[in-house]
Amino acid sequence: MKDSVFKILSNEKIAKNTYECILEGDISDVKAPGQFVNIKLDGFYLRRPISVCDAEDGKLTIIYKVVGEGTEAMAKAAVGDEWLTLTGLGNGYDTSPSGDYPLLIGGGAGVPPMYMLCKKLIFEGKHPTVILGFNTKDEVFYKEKFTNLGAKVIVATADGSVGVKGFVTNVMPSCEYTYFYTCGPEPMLKAVYEVSVTSGQLSFEERMGCGFGACMGCSCKTKYGNKRICRDGPVLTKEEIIW
Amino acid sequence: MANTKVNLCGITLDNPIIPASGTFGFGYEFAELYDINVLGTFSFKGTTLEPRFGNPTPRIAECASGMLNAVGLQNPGVDKVISEELPKLRRVFNKPVMANVSGFSIHEYVETVRRLDGEGDIGWFEVNISCPNVHGGGMSFGTSPEMAEQVTRAVRKVTDKPIIIKLSPNVTDIVSIAKACEAGGADGVSLINTLLGMRIDIKRRRPIIANKTGGFSGPAIKPVAVRMIYQVYEAVKIPIVGMGGARSAEDVIELMLAGATAVEIGAENLVNPYACRDIIEALPSVMEKYGINNLSEIIGGAH
Repeated sequence: MKDSVFKILSNEKIAKNTYECILEGDISDVKAPGQFVNIKLDGFYLRRPISVCDAEDGKLTIIYKVVGEGTEAMAKAAVGDEWLTLTGLGNGYDTSPSGDYPLLIGGGAGVPPMYMLCKKLIFEGKHPTVILGFNTKDEVFYKEKFTNLGAKVIVATADGSVGVKGFVTNVMPSCEYTYFYTCGPEPMLKAVYEVSVTSGQLSFEERMGCGFGACMGCSCKTKYGNKRICRDGPVLTKEEIIW
Repeated sequence: MANTKVNLCGITLDNPIIPASGTFGFGYEFAELYDINVLGTFSFKGTTLEPRFGNPTPRIAECASGMLNAVGLQNPGVDKVISEELPKLRRVFNKPVMANVSGFSIHEYVETVRRLDGEGDIGWFEVNISCPNVHGGGMSFGTSPEMAEQVTRAVRKVTDKPIIIKLSPNVTDIVSIAKACEAGGADGVSLINTLLGMRIDIKRRRPIIANKTGGFSGPAIKPVAVRMIYQVYEAVKIPIVGMGGARSAEDVIELMLAGATAVEIGAENLVNPYACRDIIEALPSVMEKYGINNLSEIIGGAH
């Protein structure tokens, strides 16, 4: 964990209410895909926890959806603005149990961490399939980015405006996989958990106070005892989850 | 050379900075960031007789210049605190620590203190009779002078270590409760705990926090803290540990001028994990700026 200043290199809208922001700064503490950063914004007391989409060559990419006052302020930030940012938060995904054919399932604002994960799995010589779930065509992002990494990509939209009509869980049964990784809204995580035929890792979201394990604001119960989503998570294994 | 030392109930602190209970865990998360031995001391996570998961989530809501929390005293219970947390804490902290305890009956307060009393590294007990986020205990002991005095007397019987009673601001007259604690044998009082508050999500039309209400802390509550410390200082002889919205060396001086012997830093630790270290580093130069040589000389200086 490290607290340092990041400078905005770009902050562009890439889909409906969805922004991609590339920042320059010290990324040495970003150790695993699925970790998050916690950003201090002027005028807001608590920081904003945002998952890491990519971290390479001194650049940090985050993708966020405008859902409230904080993310609205982020969307208005200009190139050159600086954010004090805690990096290296959370456990992140463990790629060691993935097998050769991992399945990655991202839903909406849960898509970004799948990107760095996909990149790492491909670097390790594995052959990931990626299912990207959105409500509608206007919300779709990063399809080409995943394809360019060399992954097999399937897009599903709830209204069928692009890709397969339905939820990510409608696509899952047609995929063969050795392990799964997912991030998205909790109802989707639960559905993925139920449909999945292998072990896997699920990334959870919760309102946080600190983001580094001090305040116990984001605790959850697991089969292996109480865990803090921010510190012991956000990634939990399928085996330990209690719904 | 600025002297930042203060004496809290017979124990000298290198400086008056104390991370507040519930914002600093058992210390070791912060020890990864800086040497926590720079602190005066710290008040560890509120400990109860039995393990507690606490309240359902969401437990946190942001406010202008502050936050609400309704964690609900999540802790592993006193026996695990002794067997697991304190040994880990000892590896990173070599000063007397403040043991924050809570309960749902007088028996629970007494038994928790009795079990912790044998731990040599505990310097003080901070007895929380003011948690706003638990039902059927906690704050109910802190809202009546009679109950506050009873808890103090009962705990007094099982320890010779200094007892500091942590008071609630959610009362009509905090002075009468502070006086009752003094009468019951308390060595000090700490104030203020969080102010009871609520926020509503206007999209969902429901309270943001699952517990509905939560404790309000952060810079917004500092004037309330200063006022209450000032009033209590005029009414009791025992030392006051002040807290409420402090986040700078200037704030620490302000709370001390109101009457605090030492100052706890709470919510700010969650926003800036280096907050306490930064304040301690800033203290000497800020003291110099305001012509203060000995920090202990300014306690109650505004009266």
